[in-house]
Amino acid sequence: MDKSELKVTAIKDGTVIDHIPANDLFKVVRILNLENLDNQITVGVNLDSKKLGKKGIIKISDKFFEDNEINKIALLAPDANLNIIKNYEVVEKRSVQLPDMICGISRCMNPKCITNSEPMITKFEVVSKRPVALKCCYCEKITDAQHIVIE
Amino acid sequence: MKNKSLISITDFSTDEILRILEIAEEFENNPEPHLLDGKVVATLFFEPSTRTRLSFESAVNRLGGRVIGFSDPNVSSVSKGETLKDTIKIVSNYCDLIVMRHPLEGSSRYASEVANVPVINAGDGANQHPTQTLLDMYSIKKTQGRLDNINIFMVGDLKYGRTVHSLLQAMSPFNPTFHFISHPKLKMPDEYKRYLDKKGVKYYEHEQFTNIISEADIIYMTRVQRERFSDLMEYEKTKDMYVLHNYMLENAKPTMKILHPLPRVNEISQDVDSNPKAYYFDQARNGVFARQAVISTVLGLKK
Ligand SMILES: [Zn+2]
Repeated sequence: MDKSELKVTAIKDGTVIDHIPANDLFKVVRILNLENLDNQITVGVNLDSKKLGKKGIIKISDKFFEDNEINKIALLAPDANLNIIKNYEVVEKRSVQLPDMICGISRCMNPKCITNSEPMITKFEVVSKRPVALKCCYCEKITDAQHIVIE
Repeated sequence: MKNKSLISITDFSTDEILRILEIAEEFENNPEPHLLDGKVVATLFFEPSTRTRLSFESAVNRLGGRVIGFSDPNVSSVSKGETLKDTIKIVSNYCDLIVMRHPLEGSSRYASEVANVPVINAGDGANQHPTQTLLDMYSIKKTQGRLDNINIFMVGDLKYGRTVHSLLQAMSPFNPTFHFISHPKLKMPDEYKRYLDKKGVKYYEHEQFTNIISEADIIYMTRVQRERFSDLMEYEKTKDMYVLHNYMLENAKPTMKILHPLPRVNEISQDVDSNPKAYYFDQARNGVFARQAVISTVLGLKK
């Protein structure tokens, strides 16, 4: 049991995303579009964490993210950090930074917003990073952290 | 400003707003009946608003332009399920400018992204109605001779009233003093009070009319809608507290003017109408000049 766990845990080259809130783990998988990757991916959920209670972890072999690709997950997992693995060694640790603009990830919480009735991509200005507050570029209303709905 | 859309009052800088007001004054003094010769303006009203539509269409006609469009979405392709994007893309080919009103918030911003021509927002749900703000400012400037240091009383529904929110933002650079008079349930939202705090603008809140309205340069009245109250008894009890009567204006400044975005219900008593301080009907006339200024500016015909 321990052995097989070790086996899937260790990756030779790639990225480990740690400290993802357990409840949002699969949303993070979706934001990063991991379903469509051919890489080996290990997902761990409900692991014990001092900081988050229950956390999730994602390990992706042979994948190194661009900043703009990975920073989107800060919307759900502001405490997430990245371990860049090369030849079984952690060569770099990084935290995620929410960008100033967010396109097409969350829906707008305003039911009267045009983005909720037209087939179009949402666009938000990030007016506060922690707690997260997104100002819709269309209806100008704020979507706060509790109301973020991932498309 | 050519080909720049006007969606939100904050799309224009203070200097650009001042220039629009100057142009409005030019049109009032010197009508230019051929400025829009050969131009076609589409007025797309996805929800009815007869007064706003007539004001825009009057503005276009007085400048010699032509108008196409619809005033009832039920007769247009919208009712057949066409997306807003498709409607705007197609209409863009038929005109030089789109004026649109739509019940959904953010619709005009989206239209301005997909259109090949400038878009003027004539109201997108509860969000923005920037030409209303410009005509309010034009009315203030015209009646007071200035925009600076104006004492403005806003009365009625300050919570949901988009016109008061936009006016408050647009007037803030001019060192105004605001007095807000409303039912506690319809108070100015914190968001806008924080905005004023940040800009260092003075404001005071009252729950009823006070005799300091004699300090007012402008009283800006708004309609209190019954739907805003979940408790109908409460509405009935309070609605008369925010009605302006002629006797209340005895000590008002001689230059004071009463504005209202219209339509009014009962918040301004009929006996005020004949008082020279009542300005709301002239204010509607100013709307045509303000809209002429916006139309000719976004088309690049005035600089
Ligand atoms: Zn929105």
